[in-house]
Amino acid sequence: MKNLKMSIATMLLLAVSFTNAQEKEKMKMDHSKMDHSKMMNMNSDTKAEAILNDYFNLKDALVADDTKKAAQEGSKLAASLKAFDASKYTAEEQKELADIIEDATEHAEHIAKSDMGHQREHFKTLSKDMSDLIAITGTKNTLYEQFCPMYDGGSSWLSSSDQVRNPYYGSKMLKCGKVKKTIN
Amino acid sequence: MKVVKIIAIVLLVAFVGIQFMPTTRNQSDSVPSTDFMLVNNVPENIQKKLQVSCYDCHSNNTQYPWYNQVQPVAWFLEDHIKEGKAELNFNEWDSLSNRRKKSKLRSIIKQIESDEMPLYSYTLIHKDASFSEAEKQELIRWIEQLKDSI
Repeated sequence: MKNLKMSIATMLLLAVSFTNAQEKEKMKMDHSKMDHSKMMNMNSDTKAEAILNDYFNLKDALVADDTKKAAQEGSKLAASLKAFDASKYTAEEQKELADIIEDATEHAEHIAKSDMGHQREHFKTLSKDMSDLIAITGTKNTLYEQFCPMYDGGSSWLSSSDQVRNPYYGSKMLKCGKVKKTIN
Repeated sequence: MKVVKIIAIVLLVAFVGIQFMPTTRNQSDSVPSTDFMLVNNVPENIQKKLQVSCYDCHSNNTQYPWYNQVQPVAWFLEDHIKEGKAELNFNEWDSLSNRRKKSKLRSIIKQIESDEMPLYSYTLIHKDASFSEAEKQELIRWIEQLKDSI
């Protein structure tokens, strides 16, 4: 009887691992489809702006303490990052950009599958990547680099508004922080 | 009772059968020159901690205990290692840019701080892989230093 139980347990484990693997495959396929359609719709000039736009949507979701929305915006951002085209920049800039994009993509992908605490951790590094990105690409809008001294020894983020809405604490400390720098 | 017996036999055959299905073993004889330990000046106690607690899933070389050679455990492990290496492979450390290194170090610190790494399912069996509070603090302090030096 003990043997029988063990065998049944084994089969169950097997079934679970198979479905798990299949689901993962499915997810991968969905993603590649999405990337493709996005890539075709955009020309090179607007790609950095599209990335910024997704980043701001992500920031707003974090401000609103909305994990699910943040996750969705995270995967959108990852897709926009992958669609970025650096070919018009100098070789040196291209190298730097590729590095930034790779790093930012990883953070965006993690945000797409994490809880709020992790999303905010990744958002911190992602924000640094975004600042470095626009330092090279520039942007047509005025941006504000804002700073919260409390989160993780002091953390910055970018906003298109000079009003401080804290993405690291959300409703807990919505207006904590200050404008550190105006860009453009 | 007869049905139960038949089911039991079928399952047993399946269990034996899956033992013959191949798994990729994560093993390598050489340590590449990009390895974390080779490019950083890592104190011996930290080296040992990283080797025991992290390298099984975050390098090209896993120390396999016997039960990991039995299916379906081996498949679970294979999956974990694949995922672990995709996140971070200490053997390939120096192929990362400074930006990526800092990012990874920051994540390592957060994972250790919040006790998410090493995985509970791993330390459950590998008792020596878990960190005491003092070890945790020491490790985090050292990694912080390394991060700030990049």
